Amino acid sequence: MADDYDAIVVGAGPAGVSAALTMARAGLKVALLERGEYPGAKNVQGAVLYSRMLHELVPDFWKDPEAAIERPVVEQKTCVTTEDSWLTFGYKSLKFLEGVPNCYTIIRVKFDRWYAAKAEAAGAELFCGVTVRDALKENGRIVGIKTSDGDELKASVVVACDGVNSLLAQKAGFIDELKPSEVALGAKEVIALEPGVIEDRFQLNPGEGATMELFGSITLGMLGYAFLYTNKETLSLGVGCKLSDYQRKGLRPADHLELIKKHPYVKKLISGGRTLEYSSHLIPEGGYRSMPPLAADGFLVAGDAAQMSNPAYREGSNLAMTAGRLAGETVVAAKKQGDFSKAALSSYVAALRSSYVLSDMEDVQDLERHVESSPDFLEFYPRLACELAHLRFSADGQPKRRHLKQALALLRRRGLLRVARELFPLRKVAV
Amino acid sequence: MEKPELNVEAKLGTLEWRKSPNAHILLRDASENAPCVSKCHDKPCTTVCPAKVYGWEGAHGKIVVNYENCIECGACRMLCPFDNINCDWPDGGFGVKYKYG
Repeated sequence: MADDYDAIVVGAGPAGVSAALTMARAGLKVALLERGEYPGAKNVQGAVLYSRMLHELVPDFWKDPEAAIERPVVEQKTCVTTEDSWLTFGYKSLKFLEGVPNCYTIIRVKFDRWYAAKAEAAGAELFCGVTVRDALKENGRIVGIKTSDGDELKASVVVACDGVNSLLAQKAGFIDELKPSEVALGAKEVIALEPGVIEDRFQLNPGEGATMELFGSITLGMLGYAFLYTNKETLSLGVGCKLSDYQRKGLRPADHLELIKKHPYVKKLISGGRTLEYSSHLIPEGGYRSMPPLAADGFLVAGDAAQMSNPAYREGSNLAMTAGRLAGETVVAAKKQGDFSKAALSSYVAALRSSYVLSDMEDVQDLERHVESSPDFLEFYPRLACELAHLRFSADGQPKRRHLKQALALLRRRGLLRVARELFPLRKVAV
Repeated sequence: MEKPELNVEAKLGTLEWRKSPNAHILLRDASENAPCVSKCHDKPCTTVCPAKVYGWEGAHGKIVVNYENCIECGACRMLCPFDNINCDWPDGGFGVKYKYG
């Protein structure tokens, strides 16, 4: 039976649109299926968008006055907290604005609509309000999909870009249900504030943006971090922690968010703001080891659906864009050869492996487990950092040589070897 | 004066849904012998779900499921220690509609 399409892409997020755009530009007949009423309707991200990976797909996108981007980020800050103290360090550089600007804050619903329209303009057929219920299989090969309305659609290849809960990859038999330790649960609010107020509070020139991640007491001992990003007329305040940690604590992320808002540092930054929207979403955290097979006969997986995220570097949507593009290029080459077998489609995996996507995923694969092996890691070190800073910045009448002794005592209490063993693996995320 | 905190109900008040007549969440066993009733002490679905979809009705000894509140994160399936939650996507076009995301 003849196929309806060369390719069916499931999910109009960063991975799916990148794949659809790449294939449509090469002249393939592409269906892009989105279960939301419009692209972005179901999507949540912090959100920071790294420019280079989108620039490869939509050159100089930031020069397009219609581009759905918020502020170019000139400063990236980290804040480690205890209940009443905090240590901030940031890096600000005007170089971030030169050439291909490093990253932009975005609002995902606006961005996803803009980006999906690019794929449509290139010739992909976008169908919104279509939930894919199952994969169609013939002789062990994926040959299409079935929708919630019972419609069947056939194609030479199906590209699953349906997000962290890839029910499609599950139903196609490529992954099992994820475990609570393999995902983080994120919750977020978009908070309205005057642009001038945002710029004053974050010391920004008009139009420029800043990002901040917060670690320590703010996550109540759970593995994760909070974030605060500047958009044009809003702030995005959110938090993501391991689902297994929320499960253990019996804590609702919505309530966690309220506790975070009361931290004196955060409170001041969001003061007077009005919450426009609450959202919550899962974040893939299983890393390299929980990735599904990325290519099968007539089937490719990209983005969150394939667990492509690198939380240590706050990256995910960029990995999705690169993977979507590589998946698209793989299908274009497969179409030329008329071969959509697993062997032919496996060049996708090879391309990912020689890109930063799989290299980075491989390099950080042990990091979370390492941090989790010291259950108080994210409480102890932020507290230690604040205690050391407190000594350094206090004139308490003691000779300073006692400060040094006290500082060493703090480390000895933990054990110098243990401190070294706990901190050494972090070198992998140092640069 | 400090503004009252935004509880989960108020947070959900910022959202819009296209409500489906069909439930997309079902308890596999909703009987009085369900594991929720006898075996599950912590009931993590009731304490963690970011949209407070699940509630324990002690008087009737059952979990109630307000599927219309669901914001489709999927955490409940993974949270349930007894694999008793069948949560699929709502039918095409239904469910939560984020404006910002």
